[in-house]
Amino acid sequence: MNFPILSSLILLPSIGALFLFFTKSDKKDNFTGKYVALFTSAVNFFLSVYLWILFDSTTSDFQFVEERIWIKDLINYKVGVDGISILFILLTTFITPLCIISVNNSIKDRLSEFLIAVLIMESFMIGVFCSLDLVIFYLFFEAGLIPMFLIIGIWGGARRVYSAFKFFLYTLLGSVLMLVAIITIYWLNGTTDVVELYNSGIDIKYQNLLWLAFFSSFAVKTPMWPVHTWLPDAHVEAPTAGSVLLAAILLKMAGYGFIRFSLGLFPVASEVFTPLVYTLSVIAIIFTSLIALMQEDMKKLIAYSSVAHMGYVTLGIFTIQQQGIEGSIIQMISHGLVSAALFLCVGVVYDRMHSRLINTYGGIVSIIPKYSILFMLFTLAALGLPGTSGFVGEFLILMGAFKDNFLVAVIASLGVIIGAAYMLWLYKRVVFGKLINTDLKQMFDLNRSELFILSCLAVPTLFFGFYPDPLINTIEVSISDLIDQYNFKLASKT
Amino acid sequence: MENLQLVLPEIFLSLSIMFLLILGVFKKNSSRLVQSLSLAVLIVTAVITFNETIGINEIKLFNNSIVIDYLSSLMKIITLLAAFLVLIISSNYLKTFQIFKIEYPILILSSVLGMMVMISSNDLIVFYMGLELQSLALYVLATFNRDQIKSSEAGLKYFVLSALSSGLLLYGCSLIYGFTGSTNFNVIADQLNSNEYALTFGIVFILVGLAFKISAVPFHMWAPDVYEGSPTSVTLFFTMVPKIAALTVFIRFLYVPFLNLIDQWQMILIFLSIASMLFGAIAAIGQTNLKRLVAYSSIGHVGYALAGVASGTNDGIQSSVIYITIYILMNLGLFSCLLMLKRDNNYYEKIDDLSGLSKNHPMLALSLLIILFSLAGIPPLAGFFAKFYVFKAVIEQSMYFLAIVGLLSTVVAAFYYLRLIKIMYFDEQKEKYDTDHGFWLKFSLTASTLLILIYFIFPSQLIEVVSRINII
Repeated sequence: MNFPILSSLILLPSIGALFLFFTKSDKKDNFTGKYVALFTSAVNFFLSVYLWILFDSTTSDFQFVEERIWIKDLINYKVGVDGISILFILLTTFITPLCIISVNNSIKDRLSEFLIAVLIMESFMIGVFCSLDLVIFYLFFEAGLIPMFLIIGIWGGARRVYSAFKFFLYTLLGSVLMLVAIITIYWLNGTTDVVELYNSGIDIKYQNLLWLAFFSSFAVKTPMWPVHTWLPDAHVEAPTAGSVLLAAILLKMAGYGFIRFSLGLFPVASEVFTPLVYTLSVIAIIFTSLIALMQEDMKKLIAYSSVAHMGYVTLGIFTIQQQGIEGSIIQMISHGLVSAALFLCVGVVYDRMHSRLINTYGGIVSIIPKYSILFMLFTLAALGLPGTSGFVGEFLILMGAFKDNFLVAVIASLGVIIGAAYMLWLYKRVVFGKLINTDLKQMFDLNRSELFILSCLAVPTLFFGFYPDPLINTIEVSISDLIDQYNFKLASKT
Repeated sequence: MENLQLVLPEIFLSLSIMFLLILGVFKKNSSRLVQSLSLAVLIVTAVITFNETIGINEIKLFNNSIVIDYLSSLMKIITLLAAFLVLIISSNYLKTFQIFKIEYPILILSSVLGMMVMISSNDLIVFYMGLELQSLALYVLATFNRDQIKSSEAGLKYFVLSALSSGLLLYGCSLIYGFTGSTNFNVIADQLNSNEYALTFGIVFILVGLAFKISAVPFHMWAPDVYEGSPTSVTLFFTMVPKIAALTVFIRFLYVPFLNLIDQWQMILIFLSIASMLFGAIAAIGQTNLKRLVAYSSIGHVGYALAGVASGTNDGIQSSVIYITIYILMNLGLFSCLLMLKRDNNYYEKIDDLSGLSKNHPMLALSLLIILFSLAGIPPLAGFFAKFYVFKAVIEQSMYFLAIVGLLSTVVAAFYYLRLIKIMYFDEQKEKYDTDHGFWLKFSLTASTLLILIYFIFPSQLIEVVSRINII
């Protein structure tokens, strides 16, 4: 067997966390701790880039597969990547170091514990994206709740306890049904190995119920309307780095799950329930966009916009068109970059003024110009301006939707307009206008680390906006193969 | 008589109890000595059990009234080890309340002897004898801190209610004897006539008695009061050790004589299981006393263990044994934490006393965090696997309702575990607690936490240990 690169990716952050746990942090400034965490996550990032370079995008088979006996006669530890999952791994390893840099400004006490939680979180998230066994997937999927609960609860804002509980119980409630479904699949097929399940298919009698069980978990995690209400609370109360992790990576687990499991394992049921997903997605797009329009709190506004964006993602996935699914994945990557950046932008002004309310601000363009430029870039990316990655994703999704269902596509397109409205209005109220609040004059512009983080996020946002080929090349073959399989299974009713 | 060495563990234990009793009476101030000797006795008994009987598939002794098989040997070893750990970590607590007396280890040994008889019983009379021996010792243990009114109350309550349930149990035994003509499990199995409804009554009465002993809903009422009133070290004993024996009897009683009547008792068991899981989860939410909370949580956990028994398969039995083993491990850790909440010779047991623990005692809080998440069944901790095996066995029998209700009640239960974590991690800190704990207390906390944490690396070992259990 070759070098176990995926297991290393999963284990490395945990080892870093273990190391942090045993290093005595000097109370003044957790200098060593931060650099240990940064170093580990940076190494992990380069390792994942190396993985991407080695990755062969001409085949849809799983690559870098590792398989070991874990529970004898029951479950094997199996990991591997294909075109669909590799980008999410890259996104995770890319966002985590930026999160760790950003704690400079926002986290004041118990820093090394915070870094441990973030690193463990990274381990679990990478595990989610590369596990090829349902039980292993569930294990990582659920385990992520523990660090996130602590991140929101310990380092969060005023209503942190309520939000942390809501986040934990909501997602746990969704997930336990998935566990029942996974055990049922084991009972039906005698295995939980995803590759074998792809080949053998799942009994058509059970597909609808199993699909719904998986859906209950993914819908909460996505989050889809009407079970999205935990997200604004969690986002508002979480510290900046926590919001970034939540928006950029955690929300992607469900989208990934829809593609990998709902479409891959239950094609017949997916076909049956497509109207349901369409309806919920369209409601999410229009309804939450309208809610976002009315928000007074910047973080809440961005949180609702996340729900709307994830609505496009679910819409794109269930078009079962090449463009639709490609668009969904690119939209998820782009949303990972852009929402992370937007939460960081809010974090920047929050650290200075300790207010997230929009009406605190106004006219700050002349005081902090660098910030205003970058904030504008991400605002435009969020509303999907051509030339940013947000455009590529939204455009492909709508193209796929038009092929599949005209009416849905038209309504979803309307959402784009509302999206532009709330983002531009937010930007206008915060950055332009008259400078009324004189306290704002004491604000200083981006410091070095903030500038670095935001630029790091701006470069791929623009790059993939103009030249999305590297992304599309990576996912193309895997998706077309997935769709072929899907249609084949649908035709043969298995 | 050549098979006498197979009951050597019981013989050795009973001789030791008598010897220790005499030693304790005649030698003044010998409580420390008796304690150490009792620990040695438990270990030696476990070693004898391991050497003599673990390899035996199935042997019946004394007119088939005692059965020695893998299940009994395994459960005896678990019981002995659990009793050992309880005894060794409770000495500091007892000293604080000046109840560090010779009776304590001797009573624990006697109840362990009773449990061993229960575990091996293949006959209703033998089973009842063992049950009464352990119960009598437990009544006294509950009142052990006799200067405290709560402790006496707990003991009295336990005695009255337990006597009632024993009465029901005996009534059930006599019904079964009346309709099959024997008290021996195997003879009963041969004489079974499923048309006799009176037999079902007998089973129900015995199940009620057993459900009382294992504190399953709706026969749980005594548990919160007794757990709260008894000295903490005795509560620890109550939540762990008697459950092992009671579960074994549950398994053996249902699967040896009455396997053919599975349609009759399976529904009862499913009801007990669902009621315990739900009630344990919901009732724990409002508690303010940690020991009461643990009582309700243990009611819930018993429900999960019974779900495995309800499945009617070897897989289910094995999953129940795994469940109870992991549960004991988690409970040990939990109580080690409780026994560490000590300041100025005073033990604290209110939920609010945990407030801000993570700032004053980060390692203690972290251990408790891991244990609580594991009790809530969140992966990748050991508690998740315990639930996973149980529900795997349950779903393989297509009992979806039980599985879904069980998993949904884990969500409810997660709420009160999270509340404890919230109090520890999110709330303001209070005064510090003492840190000069005994070695064994620290050891049991560290060991149980680590085992819970790294269980996912070696999940196969425990499965292999229980996979030899073969009742059906």
